[in-house]
Amino acid sequence: MGLKEKILARSIYVFHVSSGSCNNCDIEILDCLTPRFDLERFGVVLVGSVKHADAMLCTGSVNRLTVPRIKKLYEQMPKPGFVIAWGACGSSRGLFKDSYNTGAPLDEIIPVDAYIPGCPPKPEAVIGALVKLKEKILNKKAVK
Amino acid sequence: MSHKATIPIGPYHPLQEEPEFYKLVVEGERVVDVDVRIGYNHRGIEKISEGKSFDQAIFAVERICGICSGSHPIACVQAIEEIAKVEIPERALFIRSIIQELERLHSHMLWLGLAGHFLGYNTIFMWGWKYREPICDIMETVTGNRQNYGIMKVGGVRRDIEKEHVPYILSRLDEFTKQLDMLKGAILDDPVLHARLKGVGILTKEKAIDYAALGPTARASGVDIDARRDYPYAAYPRVKWNVITQKEGDVFAKTVVRILEMYESVNIIRQCLDKMPQGPIDAKVKDVPPGEGIGQIEAPRGECFHYIKSDGTNSPMRHKIRAPTFMNFATFRETVIGETVSDATIILAAIDPCYCCTERMVVVNSKDRELYKGPDLIKLSQEKTRLIKEKMQRL
Repeated sequence: MGLKEKILARSIYVFHVSSGSCNNCDIEILDCLTPRFDLERFGVVLVGSVKHADAMLCTGSVNRLTVPRIKKLYEQMPKPGFVIAWGACGSSRGLFKDSYNTGAPLDEIIPVDAYIPGCPPKPEAVIGALVKLKEKILNKKAVK
Repeated sequence: MSHKATIPIGPYHPLQEEPEFYKLVVEGERVVDVDVRIGYNHRGIEKISEGKSFDQAIFAVERICGICSGSHPIACVQAIEEIAKVEIPERALFIRSIIQELERLHSHMLWLGLAGHFLGYNTIFMWGWKYREPICDIMETVTGNRQNYGIMKVGGVRRDIEKEHVPYILSRLDEFTKQLDMLKGAILDDPVLHARLKGVGILTKEKAIDYAALGPTARASGVDIDARRDYPYAAYPRVKWNVITQKEGDVFAKTVVRILEMYESVNIIRQCLDKMPQGPIDAKVKDVPPGEGIGQIEAPRGECFHYIKSDGTNSPMRHKIRAPTFMNFATFRETVIGETVSDATIILAAIDPCYCCTERMVVVNSKDRELYKGPDLIKLSQEKTRLIKEKMQRL
């Protein structure tokens, strides 16, 4: 574990990417960051540009129009960067698996580090996921 | 001297919750033209719904929008009930009204917070989202989930409001009202907000009618429409409440309408809990005969419309959805042109746009691909039939 990982694990800056979601996961992201659940306790801050971010929160079943944009955003993220698939749609495309406008699953487009299931995931699940991501950053063998 | 510049906003922009693309054409400080490109959220819900059974379609339409995840299912079940001619038990009607009003409370509070965020007033953003939590807690207690309630069903509702829940709901509502009083004072008496919002992005009454604006957007311009009163459904005819309207049509009027509507919603929930009769919560539905039905309800953003055509099988033959933002976002051109760039974001956000509700179409890029029209498809189909016939003859 280097100094870089140690600092990174204490302040994960996140960028929110909505790729055709239903707003549900998106408002839960904001819910997590506002006073009730307050993820800023763990150093998690929402940033405006992916170039400032350490992690991408991807919500929604990726539709055809957003596939190239998601790739581009991932390329722009400084490395080491992490991707969190948020919700049932982000993890497995959920209900929209058979839709004509749904592109590839998220983990076939970009590498995904953590999955948070649920429709929408409860803020408690989100806090759990970020704690696991922290462990993964600090000790790569701890979480598979 | 005029030099036009284009400011692109989106599709991924810090101010936006959802991916959408605005093109602002500016001349100096003034906005002279605006264009919106959407399609980043299209998921083909109408087609998905046509592949599901009537019971599953309700869960599918719930995923149209996370904020209106109580409104779309009500409109959908009302459309199906109109085809099947089901008589809904009294108690279920009251529960539907309660769910709808709770949803309106959390949606308006959410908008208030986001509006503060767009203005750079992050205190209101944090307050609004903090004070929204009692409503989410009530939802979790009553329906089992903070969002995506899954409570609507053809012929009634899935879960009852237990007797033990009523005092809890009332106490959390009291807590909410106290905080709302404080927030109302903080917003309506703030000289900075008056200066930022008054006279900005005015939509006149005539223009609101011309563009067929709906919900709080229309009511803030003095158009007295409300689907809850105009097309009575659920328990709304059985309770007393007022339709809030304002004359000015600017962003401040839209804020006032939403804040005052929250008080009406609390009032409706209290009356519903008081007047709710005992009895069953769902009626038996045998099958859905062929026919057409519509469901019109007042979602937090305006009137939401569902059309369902059934051919006698267990899934809809056609399901058409029109969300309120579809009508409201055409008013952008009227409100934003002529204003300064710094006010553009709050004007664009003032209608409380929800793009995942709106996106019901897919745009086909016809430049490098041949576009099939009706006659072409018929020709293709005839060609295929001929090929199959030849194949059959050979066999």
